[in-house]
Amino acid sequence: MERAKVNQGIDLSAYEDVWVLGEQREGKIQPVTIELMGEGRKLADQLKKKLAVVIPGYQIEQEAEKLLHYGADVVYYMSHPLLKSFSTDGYTSAFVQLIQEKKPEIVLVGATSIGRDIGPRIAARLGTGLTADCTKLEIDKEDGKILQTRPAFGGNLMATIVCPKNRPQMSTVRPGVMEKAIHQETVCGTLKTFIPDLSENDIRAKLIEIIKKEKKQVNLTDARIIVSGGRGLKSAEGFELIRQLADVLGAEVGSSRACVEAGWIDASHQVGQTGTTVRPDIYIACGISGAIQHLAGMNESKYIIAINKDPEAPIFGICDYGIVGDLNDVIPAMIAKLTQKEVSI
Amino acid sequence: MKIVVCAKQVPDTTEVKLDPKTNTLIRDGVPSIINPDDKAGIEAALQLKEKCPGSTVTVVSMGPPQADVALREALAMGCDDAVLVSDRAFGGADTWATSSTIAAAIKKLDYDVIITGRQAIDGDTAQVGPQIAEHLGIPQVSYVEALNVEGEDTLIVQRQFEDRHQIIEVKTPCLITALAELATPRYMTVHGAFDAYREKEVSVWGLADLEDTVDQANIGLKGSPTRVKKSFTKQAKGAGTILKDLSADEAVASIVDKLQEKHII
Ligand SMILES: Cc1cc2nc3c(=O)[nH]c(=O)nc-3n(C[C@H](O)[C@H](O)[C@H](O)COP(=O)(O)OP(=O)(O)OC[C@H]3O[C@@H](n4cnc5c(N)ncnc54)[C@H](O)[C@@H]3O)c2cc1C
Ligand SMILES: Cc1cc2nc3c(=O)[nH]c(=O)nc-3n(C[C@H](O)[C@H](O)[C@H](O)COP(=O)(O)OP(=O)(O)OC[C@H]3O[C@@H](n4cnc5c(N)ncnc54)[C@H](O)[C@@H]3O)c2cc1C
Repeated sequence: MERAKVNQGIDLSAYEDVWVLGEQREGKIQPVTIELMGEGRKLADQLKKKLAVVIPGYQIEQEAEKLLHYGADVVYYMSHPLLKSFSTDGYTSAFVQLIQEKKPEIVLVGATSIGRDIGPRIAARLGTGLTADCTKLEIDKEDGKILQTRPAFGGNLMATIVCPKNRPQMSTVRPGVMEKAIHQETVCGTLKTFIPDLSENDIRAKLIEIIKKEKKQVNLTDARIIVSGGRGLKSAEGFELIRQLADVLGAEVGSSRACVEAGWIDASHQVGQTGTTVRPDIYIACGISGAIQHLAGMNESKYIIAINKDPEAPIFGICDYGIVGDLNDVIPAMIAKLTQKEVSI
Repeated sequence: MKIVVCAKQVPDTTEVKLDPKTNTLIRDGVPSIINPDDKAGIEAALQLKEKCPGSTVTVVSMGPPQADVALREALAMGCDDAVLVSDRAFGGADTWATSSTIAAAIKKLDYDVIITGRQAIDGDTAQVGPQIAEHLGIPQVSYVEALNVEGEDTLIVQRQFEDRHQIIEVKTPCLITALAELATPRYMTVHGAFDAYREKEVSVWGLADLEDTVDQANIGLKGSPTRVKKSFTKQAKGAGTILKDLSADEAVASIVDKLQEKHII
C-alpha cells in the first residue's frame, strides 16, 4: 500500500465543508452524533460552507433520514452489510473512501470507544493530523483554520492545536461537551447513499460475541443534575444516601474513581478524565476531594455544590457553593429541606 | 511468539501541581514513571510469554536518554530486550510522527503481537497505538481488557465499549491497546533489577539506525501535521460561597434559598 505523507504542499482549496462522522449502535443513532452536528453547524455557518453527516450501517435508511431533521445539508448514508456492526477495518476503509472522494475540510468524530479507535487510524491513512478529545472548537478569524482546544496532562494543561498544511483537519470530541443540534419538523437537506467497496477479507479482526453489560444504563451525559459520591462515603452502603438525594432531585448518581476502584459502585458511574465528562446544570460532590482527574470531567458544570468535611479540600476551590461538614449530617438535612419545600426541578 | 511492548516514560501527572502565581505547570521534582496502561501491557506480555514457552518480550520506548530508566524497569520486570529510540531529529513529534518513528523501529524487529497502552497520561490522546498499526498495515484491537492465545497464531481478546464487551478473534501479526484492567503489573525483583543493570542491554537507535525503514518526511516536528499553537492552564473558576461553622440545617437552608433565588431549582 502506498503510505501517506504529510506536509507535502497539498492544495488546501480543494477541500471544503464540515463533516461529522456519525455513530450508530444496533441501528440507533448515538446522541454524540447530534451533539457534533450542533457544533458542526456553527463551524459550517462561520465558514459559509455545508454541513454533512455520514452514517455507516445496513438497512437503517429510515434512521439515517432522521438526521435530516437536525440541520445537515447532506446526510451520507454509507450502506453495506459489512457495516452493520462496528469493525475497525470496515469502518476505517469506508470512511476513508468517502473522505478521499469528497474532500471535506473539517471532520469531527465522537471521542467514544469507536471514534477513538478509528479516528487515529483514518487520520493516519489519510496522512493528516488529529486532535484528541477537544472541548472547544473555533474558526480562526484570520486564516479560517480550525482552532482545536483540548486538555492534556490529566486536565492540568489546555492546548490549542492546529493542523496548518494537511486536510481534512480532524478532531475527536468527547460526548457531552457540545450542545445538541435542535430537532426541526421540516427537512432541509438531502440523503445520499454511498456504497463503499468492502469485502469480507478486509475485516481482519472478527467479532465472535457481544456481552452486554447487565447494569441499568446510567446516563450521565444527558443528566441535568448529578449527585456524586466519593471516598468520604466510606462504604458501598454510603451510596444509599447519595441515591436518596438523587431521587429527591430527579438526578443521576455519579462517583469518583476511588469508589469504583473500591468496588462500591459500577464504573459506568465514574466521572472524570478516565470516566465520563459531564456538564449538568447542577453537580453535587459529596465526600469527593477534587483531584484534578475528577475535576477534568465535571468542572464545566453550571453550578457546583461541594460537601466535604475538610475545609482545605481542592473541590472547594472550584465550587459555587460549599458546605464544610460531615456528609452524614448535611445530606439528610438537604433531603429534608428539599422534600419539605416540595421543590420540583 | 514475538511480543513487542511500547512503553512511554511519563511524568506522574497526579503529582503535577500548578504554580499559583504564574499559573504554569510545575514539572520539577515530578517523578517519571512508566505510563500506567503500558505497565499493564508489559505484564500482559509477560503472562503471554509464560503461556507460550519460547516467546520473547521486547520493550520499545521513544524518548530522551533518560527514558533508559523506564526501560531498565521493564527489563527488571522480566522483559528480554529493550530498545530506546532516541534522536534529536525525533523531537517535537505529534502522534502521526511518533507512530511513524516507532513503527519504523518495530519494522526492524520480529513481531507477532504488539501491545501498546490505550493512552499516555501526559499527551492523553490514545492515538499512537492505532496509528502504529496503520503504519505497519496490521489489524488492531483497542481497549483490550482480557487476552488469550488460541493455536499458533490467533488471539482471542475482550474489548471494552461503553455499554458492552466484544469478544474478538484476530490473527497475528496484530496490535492491541491495553487498558489498565488488562493485567496488574508485578513488582520487579531484586534479582531482576540486578540483571536489568548488569546483564541486560538497552539498545539505543537513532535516525541513522532507522534510515531504511523511516521516511524522513514523517518524523519530528517537521513531519508532524499538527502544531500546538498555544498552551495555557485553565483559569480556575475561583471559589464561590463556602459555608463553615454552621449547623447542617442552617448551611443547607442558606444554599437551597440561594439556588431558588437564582431560579436554579
Ligand atoms: C491516570 C489517572 C486517571 C484518573 N481518572 C480519574 C477519574 O476519571 N475520576 C476520578 O474521580 N478520579 C480519577 N483518578 C483518581 C484521582 O486521582 C483521585 O484518586 C480520586 O478522584 C479520589 O477520589 P475521592 O475524591 O473520592 O477520594 P479522596 O481523595 O480520598 O477524597 C475523599 C474526600 O472525602 C472527604 N470526607 C471524608 N469523610 C467525609 C465525611 N464524613 N463527610 C464529608 N466529607 C468527607 C475527605 O475530606 C476527602 O476530601 C485518576 C487517577 C489517575 C492516576
Ligand atoms: C499539550 C499537548 C497536546 C497535544 N495534543 C495532540 C493532539 O491533539 N494530537 C496529536 O497528534 N498530538 C498531540 N500532542 C503530541 C503528543 O502528545 C505526542 O505525539 C506524544 O509523543 C504521543 O502522544 P500521547 O502522549 O498522547 O500518547 P498516546 O497516543 O496516548 O499513547 C498511547 C500508547 O502509545 C504508546 N506510546 C506513545 N508514545 C510513546 C513513546 N514515546 N514511546 C513508546 N511508546 C509510546 C504507549 O504504549 C502509549 O500507552 C500533544 C502534545 C502536548 C504537549
